[in-house]
Amino acid sequence: MPDAIVQVKNVTKIYKRDTMQIPVLQNLSLEVPEGEFLALMGPSGSGKTTLLNLIAGIDRPNNGSITIAGTDISTLNESALASWRSRHVGFVFQFYNLIPVLTAFENVELPLLLTHLSKAERKAHVEAALGVVGLGDRMNHYPRQLSGGQEQRVAIARAIVTDPTIIVADEPTGDLDKKSAEDVLGLLERLNQEFKKTIIMVTHDPNAAAKAHQTRHLDKGELSNNGN
Amino acid sequence: MKIAKLILRNVFRHKLRAFLTILGVAVAVMAFGLLRTLVTSWYAGANASAPDRLITRHSVSFVFPLPLADRDQILRLPGVKAVTYENWFGGVYIDKTHFFPRFACDPETMFEIYPEYELTPDELTNFKKERDACIVGQKLVEEYHFKIGDIITLSGDIFPGQWQFVVRGIYKGKEQTTEENAMFFHWDYLNEQLLKTAPRRANMVGWYVEKISNPSDAARISQNIDALFTNSNAATKTETEKAFQAGFISMSSAIITSLQIISYVIIGIIFLVLANTMIMTARERIREYAVLKTLGFTAKHLVILIFGESLSIAIIGGIVGIALTFPATAGFGAAMSNFIPLFIIEPGTLVMAAAFAIIVGIIAAIFPTIRAVNTKIVDGLRQVG
Repeated sequence: MPDAIVQVKNVTKIYKRDTMQIPVLQNLSLEVPEGEFLALMGPSGSGKTTLLNLIAGIDRPNNGSITIAGTDISTLNESALASWRSRHVGFVFQFYNLIPVLTAFENVELPLLLTHLSKAERKAHVEAALGVVGLGDRMNHYPRQLSGGQEQRVAIARAIVTDPTIIVADEPTGDLDKKSAEDVLGLLERLNQEFKKTIIMVTHDPNAAAKAHQTRHLDKGELSNNGN
Repeated sequence: MKIAKLILRNVFRHKLRAFLTILGVAVAVMAFGLLRTLVTSWYAGANASAPDRLITRHSVSFVFPLPLADRDQILRLPGVKAVTYENWFGGVYIDKTHFFPRFACDPETMFEIYPEYELTPDELTNFKKERDACIVGQKLVEEYHFKIGDIITLSGDIFPGQWQFVVRGIYKGKEQTTEENAMFFHWDYLNEQLLKTAPRRANMVGWYVEKISNPSDAARISQNIDALFTNSNAATKTETEKAFQAGFISMSSAIITSLQIISYVIIGIIFLVLANTMIMTARERIREYAVLKTLGFTAKHLVILIFGESLSIAIIGGIVGIALTFPATAGFGAAMSNFIPLFIIEPGTLVMAAAFAIIVGIIAAIFPTIRAVNTKIVDGLRQVG
């Protein structure tokens, strides 16, 4: 088995709502090997998106540690964590979350603005990423001029343009029709198999989870054994 | 694609909202500029006063006249180079809406004391020569199209009767601050009529104007003039022309203070207009800001984005507002030229308008920025856009 690129150790996450404390994850541990395509499934409120957010470094655990490619991200300050995210994590959201006033090209270029790449280098990267997702001919289209499936493919191009260590996808097919969902899942599968990207995907959809190498189920903040 | 491009795209994301906000800022900046110009113009006359001129009036009020005989006594005082005198005539031309100042003056001495009123030598000669001659300012000519030889008929109110004057000169101001909207005629002409119709009012002047040798002696000479008439029936009050003008202005200080307050209230309105837009904008974009933070953008980038957008709107609105201030001021000045001769936008007014627009742009961005920066990514991503 390859080395674990994602190591979640004894993580606890508790949300506070006014005076109430809501435990979401309790003493949870998880290891994801490099090149894995992992699906996280579970009922609503089971903590799967919370776990994804913690792995992606956009939320912090109350206890425990999360190590990604050798970096314990739970010890990083906000600024260092932002910088780490820009280099190591690609995000795919359920609702695409493209910036509506930017073209497909400009949306994909966004993460590269935080790098030291020249304009020409950024252009080459963006064109390559859009080429991978099959939207090389839609670069100058605004999100409103694209279908849902195309928007999600632009979002995937944005997620891979920096060549991140891991790709996290939160219900990437949740807002898509069956055909578009198949296309997006096929694309994620290709990124995993062809480009060896480590992908962690949260989904409710068993068909989507079937594309993953491994499925883990979360329930009441605890992980069950392998599903696949 | 740079951050600046994203800022500009965001500014015009909702075109109607952007247009209305920019228009709101522009109108407010224009109104501020107009009111400030009105306030500064009000003071312009006093600020343009000659330092070597004193005004002597009745100690109770300038509506009470002084004997003509005082002139010679004043003229004999050391430091006094020349003395002239005037009367406020009042009167009605056409009807009361056609107001402009009308003075009875002494043509022989007036131009020595007021060199800023310029006439051609021929006009000056003709004005001095004819008893019923008058001169009018250039602005009155532009408004009423007076020509040399025209007869102006006034209905007297302070001095009852029908008064006819022949235009013999059109004066122009040497300085930009010199008013050009008054009419001057012979004091002797008025006095002759008074001798016939109201002898007890004859041989009296409204006030004296003295030219002094040394402006630094103004206080001493003023005291000496007033000392001459302390125990007379018409005690005097002498002061510099600037103090005299300031006295007039102080009568309307409540109006000026109100205008100043309103001008600052307008700044508050600009702030509310822009702050409302920026708060709405930031609230709508909380999810986008969360996405940007997810991608690695930091608080610094959000500060640049939100402040940049707010400042862009404020600056565009400020520029449009300042540009609109010029025609608005010109139109208002033309309409008010008989009351406020000099209506010019001071550079300080433009600097204040621009500075306030920028300050408002900065302040309006503070709250939305704090909110955007402090919202956790996971909370922002949950917001419905």
